[in-house]
Amino acid sequence: MVIDLDRCNGCQACEVACRTENNIAVGGPERAREDRTISWIQVRSEVEGEWPDVRSRFIPVLCMHCDRPPCVTVCPTHATQKSADGLIGQIYPRCIGCRYCANACPYTIKSFNWFAPEYPPETLDGLNPDVSIRPAGVIEKCTFCYHRLQKAKDQARAEGRPLREGDYVPACVESCPTEAMVFGDLDDPQHRVHHLARDPKAFRLLEGLSTEPKVFYLAEEK
Amino acid sequence: MSDLEKIEGLPADQRILLRPLVRTTRVFWFWAGLMAAIALWGLFAYSLQLRWGLGMTGLNVPEYWGIYIICFVFFIGISHAGTLISAILRISKAEWRRSITRSAEFITVLVIGFGAIQPIIDLGRPDRVLNVILYGSVTSPLLWDVCSICLYLTASSIYLYIPMIPDLALIRDLGIRPRWLYWFLALGYEGKPHQKEVLEKIISVLAVAVIPIAVSVHTIIGWIFALTLRPMWHSTIFGPYFVVGAIYSGIAALILAMAVLRRVYGLGNYFKDIHFNNMGLMLLLMSCLWFYFTFAEHLTAWYGGEEAEMATLWSKLTGEYAFPFWLMVASCFFIPFVLMCRQATRGVWGTSIASFFVVLGMWLERFNIVVPTSQNPRLPREVVHYVPSWVELSIMAGTFAGFILVYMLATKFFPIISIWEIEEGRELSVKEVSERVASYLPDAIEEATA
Repeated sequence: MVIDLDRCNGCQACEVACRTENNIAVGGPERAREDRTISWIQVRSEVEGEWPDVRSRFIPVLCMHCDRPPCVTVCPTHATQKSADGLIGQIYPRCIGCRYCANACPYTIKSFNWFAPEYPPETLDGLNPDVSIRPAGVIEKCTFCYHRLQKAKDQARAEGRPLREGDYVPACVESCPTEAMVFGDLDDPQHRVHHLARDPKAFRLLEGLSTEPKVFYLAEEK
Repeated sequence: MSDLEKIEGLPADQRILLRPLVRTTRVFWFWAGLMAAIALWGLFAYSLQLRWGLGMTGLNVPEYWGIYIICFVFFIGISHAGTLISAILRISKAEWRRSITRSAEFITVLVIGFGAIQPIIDLGRPDRVLNVILYGSVTSPLLWDVCSICLYLTASSIYLYIPMIPDLALIRDLGIRPRWLYWFLALGYEGKPHQKEVLEKIISVLAVAVIPIAVSVHTIIGWIFALTLRPMWHSTIFGPYFVVGAIYSGIAALILAMAVLRRVYGLGNYFKDIHFNNMGLMLLLMSCLWFYFTFAEHLTAWYGGEEAEMATLWSKLTGEYAFPFWLMVASCFFIPFVLMCRQATRGVWGTSIASFFVVLGMWLERFNIVVPTSQNPRLPREVVHYVPSWVELSIMAGTFAGFILVYMLATKFFPIISIWEIEEGRELSVKEVSERVASYLPDAIEEATA
C-alpha cells in the first residue's frame, strides 16, 4: 500500500469504511472515555506551528504488514502469522490474549478486546457476513481486508485468469475520496504501487527498525 | 498417646523442630484466617475479571501489561531464594547452611506456583492456555518461559522433597498424624547405608542441575522484554540483570522468612546471629551488583541518546516515574548497603529491615521496567496513565496472602529445618571440617630435610 500524504485531508472515511467492512465493535461513550475503542486504521493528526500560522498534518496508520514482523515472532501460539501472500493475519480462536504481539509492535496498532464486543441492535443486520466477530480477550488488527482477497482469488480462478490490479482493494482504499491510498502488489512491475514505492518521496515509518513495512508513504510537498 | 506426648520424649533437636507439626497456636489460626480471607477476596476479584474481561483492570493501550506481569517477574524472582541459595551453599560445603536450606527450598516451590499463575491471570483468554502447547511457536520467548518454569518447578520440587525423605521417615516412625501422608511420602526409607548413599548422590546431582535451570528461568523472563524492540527493553543486559535481581530478592525474602520463623517457632538456636550476619553479607554483595547493573543499563541508554529511549529514561529519572525510580534506588542500594556494610547492623533486625526494603525495591524495579516503557511507545499517541484498578490490587493482595498461607501450612506439615542434616552436622561435620581445613594448609615440612 502507498499513501500519498499530500492528498490526505484527514476526512477519516477510511476509518468509517474499515469499521463497517470489518464489523468493528461500537464501544460507545464509555469505551471512548476509557480510550479503549478499537480501530484498525487511525488517521493520526499533528498540528504544526503557532496560532494563527497553524497547519494540520494527517497520517493514516494501520497494520504495516511487515516483512520482518516482530509481532509474529513473539506470538506463543502462531495466532498472528504471515500468510503466503505476505499479509499478517490474526487467528482469533487461537489467540490467548497475552498481548505480547501488541507490545512487540513498534507501531502500536494492535487492538485488544477488553470486553465482549457490543453493537447497537439496529446495526446487527448490517454486519458483514464475511468477517468473523471477535470475542472478548483477543487481539485484533487490520488484515488488509483479507476476505476480499479470498473472494477476488476465487473469482479470478473461476474466470481462469491471474489476479489483476484492482481485483482486490481493502475497504479503506476503496473509500478514500482523494485517492490518497493506492493498493497493489509491491513486487509486480505492472502495479502502480511498485513504482510509487520507489518514488524519491517514499518513506516508511520507523524504517530504522528493519521491520520492513509494506505500507509506504509519500512525503508531503506542500 | 497424643502426638504432642510422642515428641516430648525425643532428643532436643527433634523435639523443637517437630513441635510446630503437632501444636497450633491461636496466633497461627488468626493469621491463617486473615490470609485465607484476603486470598478469597482476591479469588472473588478474579472471578469478576473472568466474567467481564480484562476491562476490569486499569490496563489500556499502550499499557498492555501491568500489575500481573510485574508480580509474575517479582514472584519468580523470589523463587530464586531457595534452590539457588541452598544449592550454592550445599555445593560450596558452607556448613552454616544446614538450618536454612529447607525454609529456602519451600519458598522456591511455593512461590513459583503463585508466580506461574500470574501470566494466566493476565491472559485475555485463560481458557485457551493449552494453545501454547498445542500450537506452540518456538520463536516465542513465552514458550521458552513456559518450558523453563515447568522444568524449574519440577526440579526444585524434587530438590525440596528428596532431602526431606529422612525427616519424613522419622515422622512416619513416630506415628504423627496424618499417618498415611508420611507413610506415602517417606517411600519406605529406613536409613539403611545404601539408601543413604543413593539419597546423597541424588542431592548432589540435583544441587548442580538446579543452578543452570534457575539461571535459565530468569534469563528467559528478562528476554521476554529484551526480545522486543521497545525502548529500554531491547537490551542485552536484561538476562543477567534479571538473574542478579532475582537472587537478590530471593535472599531478602529468605531473611524475612527466617526472622519470622525464628520468632514464632522459637528457633533462635537454629537461626543464629551468624546466619543473619552471613546472609547480610550476601545481601551486601548483591546490593553492589544490583547497583552496578542498574547503572550500566541506564548509562548505556543515556549515552545512546535515542529519542524514544530518552523519553522513557527521563520519565524515570525526573518525570512521572521519578518517585518509584528513586525509591527503588534507595531501597535496593542505599538502605541495604548502609545497613549491611557495618557488622553492628547485620543482626536480625538490621538484616530484616534491609530485606524488607530490598523486597519492596525489587517489586518497584519490575514496575519501573514494565510501566514507563509501556507508556512511551515509539510512535507517539495519546497518553494514557496507568492506574491499577481495585480488581488488580485485590488479586495481587490475594496472591501475596495465598503464598503466606501455604507457607504457613507447610510449616505445619513438614519440619521447616532439616532435622537429619542438623544431626549429621553435629555428628560428622565438625571432624570433617577440621580435616578439610587442615588439607588447605601447606603440608608441614620438617626442618631437618630442608
